Amino acid sequence: MKVSITVNGKEHHSDVEPRTLLVHYIRETLELTGTNVGCDTSSCGACTIHLNGEAVKSCTMLAVQADGDSVTTIEGLAKDGVMHPMQTAFMENHGLQCGYCTPGMVMAAIGLLNENPKPTEEQVRMGLEGNLCRCTGYHNIVKSVLAAASSK
Amino acid sequence: MAGSILGNRVLRKEDPKFLTTGGKYIEDLNDEPMFAGALHVTYVRSTVAHAKIINIDLSECKNAPGVVAVFTASDLGLEEEASGFNAAAKRAHLAIGKVRWVGELVAAIVTERPDQGEDATERAIIDYETLEPLIDLEHAMTSMNLIYEECGSNIVMGTVEMGMPDNTGDELFKDCEVVVKGRFMNQRVAPCPLEARGSAATWIDGRLIQWISTQHAQGVRNEVVKANKIDAEKVRIITPDVGGGFGAKISAYSEELLLGNISKNVGKPVRWRETRSESMVGLGHGRAQLQYITIGGTKEGRVTAYQLNAIQDSGGWVDVGTVLAPFMTRPMAQGVYDIEKMECRTTSVVTNTTPIVAYRGAGRPEATAAIERAMDLFAAEIGKDPVDVRRMNLIPKFMQPYATKIGHVYDVGDYGTALDKALAVAKYSEARAEQAERRKRGDKIQLGIGVSVYVEITGGVDPMQEHAKVNVLPNGRAVVYTGTSPHGQGHVTSWAMIASSETGISIEDIDVVWGDTDLVPSGGGTMGSRSLQHGGAAVQKVSIELVDEARKLAAKLLEANESDVVLDKNTGAFHVAGTPAISKSWSDIATAADTKTGLTQEGIFVASSATFPFGSHVAIVEVDTETGQVKHRRHIACDDAGKVVNPLILDGQIHGGIAQGTAQALLEEFRYDQDGNPITTNFADYTFISAAELPSIEVVHMETPTFVNPLGAKGIGESGSIGSTPAVQSAVIDALLHLGVRHIDMPTTPERVWSAIASASA
Repeated sequence: MKVSITVNGKEHHSDVEPRTLLVHYIRETLELTGTNVGCDTSSCGACTIHLNGEAVKSCTMLAVQADGDSVTTIEGLAKDGVMHPMQTAFMENHGLQCGYCTPGMVMAAIGLLNENPKPTEEQVRMGLEGNLCRCTGYHNIVKSVLAAASSK
Repeated sequence: MAGSILGNRVLRKEDPKFLTTGGKYIEDLNDEPMFAGALHVTYVRSTVAHAKIINIDLSECKNAPGVVAVFTASDLGLEEEASGFNAAAKRAHLAIGKVRWVGELVAAIVTERPDQGEDATERAIIDYETLEPLIDLEHAMTSMNLIYEECGSNIVMGTVEMGMPDNTGDELFKDCEVVVKGRFMNQRVAPCPLEARGSAATWIDGRLIQWISTQHAQGVRNEVVKANKIDAEKVRIITPDVGGGFGAKISAYSEELLLGNISKNVGKPVRWRETRSESMVGLGHGRAQLQYITIGGTKEGRVTAYQLNAIQDSGGWVDVGTVLAPFMTRPMAQGVYDIEKMECRTTSVVTNTTPIVAYRGAGRPEATAAIERAMDLFAAEIGKDPVDVRRMNLIPKFMQPYATKIGHVYDVGDYGTALDKALAVAKYSEARAEQAERRKRGDKIQLGIGVSVYVEITGGVDPMQEHAKVNVLPNGRAVVYTGTSPHGQGHVTSWAMIASSETGISIEDIDVVWGDTDLVPSGGGTMGSRSLQHGGAAVQKVSIELVDEARKLAAKLLEANESDVVLDKNTGAFHVAGTPAISKSWSDIATAADTKTGLTQEGIFVASSATFPFGSHVAIVEVDTETGQVKHRRHIACDDAGKVVNPLILDGQIHGGIAQGTAQALLEEFRYDQDGNPITTNFADYTFISAAELPSIEVVHMETPTFVNPLGAKGIGESGSIGSTPAVQSAVIDALLHLGVRHIDMPTTPERVWSAIASASA
């Protein structure tokens, strides 16, 4: 099936199998491998991207469902070599270790602040419940998100 | 002159990549030219726990779309091989004649695309004659239905069988005024690195090149050499970025060890990547140790005798989990206490479950949990505060080696101070007062306070040494080659800091290379909290030697006496003492050494012994006495890992360990039904811990340097999981002590907590 999807500002016209997941389209067709796959059950959130500005797990939808939509992945966040404030906050607060959950976590965190620009710690913890990390114990991820919120 | 960079909160050099394009994990290597035309391997796994294989029919698989080849053990010429830990136990990388756990590999299918492999495995027809599934550990221990017939028993290793002294039973406690017994199940957990396993293999000019998500490329190389029966120089292992390991990615698994053979057979590169559901049964599990404890002492609280009988579940193969009980749990069984009489027996037993391997702590969390729970039971029995009982029994501060009853020698320890520091931040007395109030009022939500004091062993597994090479290039940049293998621990930053502190080369100008056996042939990998004390110490030693060599060259260039030449570490330049204006840069010196390759120094740091980090954790939880729901409110951790190189990274290691320890205490358990079917094979069913179940961690710093290495550093990678698990578990039980609850096995799920309250009040 033919789809037209704008990814990180660039429009892509592709022919995809109907069963292709959006995450596989991003990773394999567009070769944007920053977005990771961590589970089979939409539990981990490693594949979180933005669809028309909203954080979604790209393993939960088909590429054809994104036809005509605008997608942002981790690769599309930095502008002219300058990191997005959330990326900077993760760096400054050691919000990542092995890095595998990180792209999804950053995208989810930005989505969280879009909905609630000044969350409490509890709201950040509840808001990131769908994004799993095995390395950081979430402490510095939560700290990063709160730092990004307060720097706005 | 500015002070050393060591000890500073330096941001990680590796982060910009991870944050902007993402890491390059094995599945991301699509642009690797050596993968061109790669086929995909999918494994057919056993769907039964214990059975004889009557027939394997793959004919329908061959007809499935995209299938290039199918292989059984005999197709690949596989033979059974003995376990390195018990020579009587033998199995092959694809099952021969028998399967021993759900998920064991039976056949391999090679397809053009990965999804075709998943579809084709569905067509495999395996006839099984089922055997009794041995899932219960104690049943397996005595059953004469054997998982490995040639072992003559399901007991595959034991301290008594190895000639260590047996436990003497109740005789040990005959002089005690108070004796308490306990039975604790330190449950089976799944390591769950966010990146599941993956590997790729290809043959180029008679050499096997294999990429693998691992913690130890050099160890994997040795396994690949054995599996393919070729010389070591014919194998190159390459480690891409690794998305977490936690001990479970130390050794290579059958899935990975078969790829060279399969690639040779199909004449093309092959790739393999497991799904999460496969990973949950294919990647080794952790813990799974049943503990019987007896503790005895005086009514005042002095503990005089402690006995641990640990039964270790090895799972379906005699893997590394088998040796963790005798060689990690037993040596640390005494913990931080001065106990007159001390015994520990361990018995490792095979069952029809996923094999047990190392998982963050690997035998030490089990030792700590046993004695810390025992201390709490003893305190409850004599009606004393568990902190008071601990204080009465702690080994006093020592700065010289201390020999334990069980036969280990701790380097340095100051357990009382760690406990005091943690309690002070926790405001222990206030928490106890609040708890008393809630109990008095009969509140629905009760407060529980759990305390642990621990000592563990790090860098204690052979080889207690590490290799490093530092190469300063003619352009003045340096490359550090290390035998450690970071997968989240920040070695790129820490090793650059260490090299920078000796050479004066800025950390921005230092790169770190690891995990490629052609570039780093020798190394012990990253495991057992060894990296800084072995690998970091090696980088330091070699950097110092490099500066000495550079000084000789600088003396020649400056036409000065070597003894007059000094290195200005602020500028990274050598000059004659007193005349800094005329100097030679690292670039000058490296160019003088060799215009192409620069100056290189290589060496090995050998540690004189292991180190013994220690600390104290306090957990404060709320327990809903009507629903059994637990909320972890505060976690205070004082972990002493000796001299700190980078507190940013240190804290991160502590946080992560605490999350995994808390996960074990509250939520996670890998479970089987009675037929041996795994029932927690995805993150939802397994209840992987999330941010919502954790509080922020209150880290209390303490630095007692060790004399074992010049950095003064001990390990920190596993401390968090060791200290936190019993603190959180004990906190849950502590909330219910007044209701008569004395113990709840982990994970302390609402169901278990509710049941414990119900049976205590019945």
